[in-house]
Amino acid sequence: MHITVNEEKCCGAGQCVLLAPDVFDQRDEDGIVVLLTPRVPAGQEAAVHEAVAVCPAAAIEVRA
Amino acid sequence: MTTSSGVVVVGASAAGLAAAEGLRRSGYDGPVTLVGDEPHPPYDRPPLSKQLLAGEWPPERLSLRSARDYTDLDLRLRLGVPAASLRTSAHLLHLADGSRLPYDTLVVATGVRARMPDGSAAGAGTHVLRTLEDALALREELSGHPRLVIVGGGFVGVEAAAVARALDCEVTLVTGGDAPLTDVLGETVAQVLAEVHREHGVRLVTGSRAVEVLRERGRTVGVRLATGRVVPADAVLAGVGARPNTEWLAGSGVPVGDGVDCDVCLYAGDDVWAAGDVASWPDAVSGERLRVEHRTNATEQGQAVARNILAGRASATAFRTVPYFWSDQYGLRIQVYGRTRGADAVHVVDGSTRQRRFTAVYVRDGHVVGALGIGMFRPLRALRELVAAHAPWPAAHAEAAVLDRRG
Ligand SMILES: Cc1cc2nc3c(=O)[nH]c(=O)nc-3n(C[C@H](O)[C@H](O)[C@H](O)COP(=O)(O)OP(=O)(O)OC[C@H]3O[C@@H](n4cnc5c(N)ncnc54)[C@H](O)[C@@H]3O)c2cc1C
Ligand code: SF4
Repeated sequence: MHITVNEEKCCGAGQCVLLAPDVFDQRDEDGIVVLLTPRVPAGQEAAVHEAVAVCPAAAIEVRA
Repeated sequence: MTTSSGVVVVGASAAGLAAAEGLRRSGYDGPVTLVGDEPHPPYDRPPLSKQLLAGEWPPERLSLRSARDYTDLDLRLRLGVPAASLRTSAHLLHLADGSRLPYDTLVVATGVRARMPDGSAAGAGTHVLRTLEDALALREELSGHPRLVIVGGGFVGVEAAAVARALDCEVTLVTGGDAPLTDVLGETVAQVLAEVHREHGVRLVTGSRAVEVLRERGRTVGVRLATGRVVPADAVLAGVGARPNTEWLAGSGVPVGDGVDCDVCLYAGDDVWAAGDVASWPDAVSGERLRVEHRTNATEQGQAVARNILAGRASATAFRTVPYFWSDQYGLRIQVYGRTRGADAVHVVDGSTRQRRFTAVYVRDGHVVGALGIGMFRPLRALRELVAAHAPWPAAHAEAAVLDRRG
């Protein structure tokens, strides 16, 4: 699974970081999402899918 | 749940979409219908007063999902038709075009609509800002560089003020408080932001209530204040708050107060649930009734309702959240966790208000109820823990400093 994030859409809600802190982080100043790894770490699939769903800005995409 | 009528969701926006999508993600394979009175599939509202109004984003960018997504989700979309009334005893939803939709479970996600000041009507240069059409009309108006008067010191108004200044319009903002946003953010922070608006050339008329939008020959020409003073205008934006869309529930038996009165699980009785701006629920900790108009809350509640529908009434769980919202003004991003309204003290924890880079906690009855940050996201995220824990203050101050450094 391959993750992409759209920084311009991200509203910095941080929902993704709360769910999958090994995959997502946020920029210090404005909270815009930072992708730590484009590959979903083993065991984190569910958390990443949850992040895609809760992201209010629909800024995260996961492709097989 | 394998009955035939399935779930009908009324309101095709953030909360309704989250509910519908949540049902599918949890494996529900019955029919799901999304009914919305707007002609568009769900779109995102926050950019309406930001990137869309500024002309930076085209309307297509606001779409929350693609046409393909709706097909994949197997959702029936009934757009451009309002729900007219509900008969819970018969499990029937009546639409304004005369059609009837039977349901097993209904989700109310009809949000709120912009209020107009008493006695005023939209049109002819007087605007509100809630829908895509509202935003496009205001954008069109601003392109003529009008003298814009904004009535009301809420978030939508101040964001529009920032955009209008960037588009080189003359902007006057009329607010009843000492500064815009005072009632939500408290005096200290509201004054910091008011100063930013003044620096950018917004004229703030504080401590004044607008009582009437004046028209001449069918055009908006000004705003009359309670003092009798008239502020001339070519265009007016009314940002005086919003009202829940619940009229269609009249006579249905669904309890309506300030929005739909739900229980802690967002259940409103008779197989009806509610989510988003329209839903009011008792806070699981304090019991206090909450209704919040935040983007992330709409998504979280829609998903919570989907989970609870599938779990069934008996196993439904209480909705718990740390509310979050943000606002963008002149390149500053203001971020807030928890509840800042009604706090009795505000303490700056880190950074400096002069540099407009700081975090602050909001304290009520000796406990942290909210946290705000401007330009300091990481330290703010650490303070979120104090809000979530309802931590005692000032006891948590030392902890805040540690979290800050670690954050
Ligand atoms: C200009 C603007 C800027 C904002 N900026 C921010 C921000 O920066 N940060 C933040 O956190 N939040 C912001 N918000 C708030 C956020 O957009 C809302 O919290 C969110 O849209 C709520 O989603 P909802 O689905 O509950 O309701 P809504 O988005 O209001 O959707 C309700 C839908 O139901 C429809 N409807 C109403 N009645 C009927 C009926 N009888 N039949 C069928 N359909 C009906 C409505 O037309 C609408 O399409 C902003 C809102 C606006 C307007
Ligand atoms: S959840 Fe979405 S909007 Fe929030 S920080 Fe992550 S990517 Fe950005």
